[in-house]
Amino acid sequence: MERSKLDLWVGMFVVAGIAALVMLAMKVGNLSTYNVSETYQVQAFFSNVGGLKPKASIRSAGVLVGRVTGISLDTERYEAKVTMSLDKRYQFPRDTIANIQTAGLLGEQYIGLAPGGDSEMLKAGEQIKKTQSAMVLEDLIGKFIYSKADATAQ
Amino acid sequence: MPVAKTIQVIGHRTINAVWRIGMATRFFALTLVYSGNGFRRFRLITKELFSTGVMSLIIIIVAGLFVGMVLGLQGYETLKRYGSESALGVMVALGLVRELGPVVAALLFASRAGSAMTAEIGLMKATEQIDAMELMAINPIARIIAPRFWAGVISMPLLAAMFSAAGIFGGYFVGVVQIGVDEGSFWSQMQAAVDFKHDILNGVLKSFVFGVVVTAIALFEGYDAPPTAEGVSRATTRTVVTSSLAILMLDFVLTAMMFGGSE
Repeated sequence: MERSKLDLWVGMFVVAGIAALVMLAMKVGNLSTYNVSETYQVQAFFSNVGGLKPKASIRSAGVLVGRVTGISLDTERYEAKVTMSLDKRYQFPRDTIANIQTAGLLGEQYIGLAPGGDSEMLKAGEQIKKTQSAMVLEDLIGKFIYSKADATAQ
Repeated sequence: MPVAKTIQVIGHRTINAVWRIGMATRFFALTLVYSGNGFRRFRLITKELFSTGVMSLIIIIVAGLFVGMVLGLQGYETLKRYGSESALGVMVALGLVRELGPVVAALLFASRAGSAMTAEIGLMKATEQIDAMELMAINPIARIIAPRFWAGVISMPLLAAMFSAAGIFGGYFVGVVQIGVDEGSFWSQMQAAVDFKHDILNGVLKSFVFGVVVTAIALFEGYDAPPTAEGVSRATTRTVVTSSLAILMLDFVLTAMMFGGSE
């Protein structure tokens, strides 16, 4: 099969197209920061998850250690059941505290893990016992107003 | 009786439209059935890739660059009011990758390559080249239609990706180089917000669907064109109008399916 100039142009076109896709994936998207390392799943129950969404980040000491994979309502306890997948490289003690935090005042919500002192580590499928629910801004404002009202009544 | 006449005309047109939809579907199915031949002789597809893909390159890249620059300017003006200029990269990238890249590239592709395809095939029919092929026992759908179809389907996602990439550079140029948005936050916020599967792959899927629809419409209109000068010109116009409408309507449906509601 003889080569022709046309093949060169078409080849360049295809290469440029694929290069554009790779650039989108690496430079624009998050593929370069995707964790290819293995993960393990743990669960936690919260009385209120606030605005937490699937794929929200899980951080410990500010470092990204995993992602929220699922949020559902557990109808036995009537609490939100949050499934998280954590990076296998990071192990946490069993008495780790999971609390829902907000990035900035109105930013998106994420789960912060504060490790405890237990010598045993969390295993896949286990549950984080100690949790702290999301801070709901409206509740805080409500509490503030009530306390003010109380203060003036006295 | 003008009323009866009007009803008659409406009925006639409706039946005609349904008839054409049926024909187009059969034509599309035949194209798929006979496309094996095109892949065995890949050179046929390469030739068409040149005329649809390579020839559309310049218009796609220039248009993408300018669309990105406009997005950068307008986005900056709006975001500045809320003090969140650093989110400019997110806005430009998400807008391009999810919507503008696939849609505008497909619209340009329809008017640049789709109309050319229709005119070419319509003229082939008018000059009886297609009949001559049939006489020589060459299947015109396998020889002419299928390679063009696959060339269009292959080149559309590539063109859309190039459009988005050029647009992001346009936005970068206006936002970071000219206006002076912080470069680090431009890229890092973009990377944090754009998800590979959810945003980029869905965009590619969209442009693939548009590629199928635009080329199928263009080829059918050309193949179905009355073999006269007027017929070919009308078919070309119909290609651009129908495929543009189809792109915009399908885009709504696809967006609703991909990004709508559930987060």
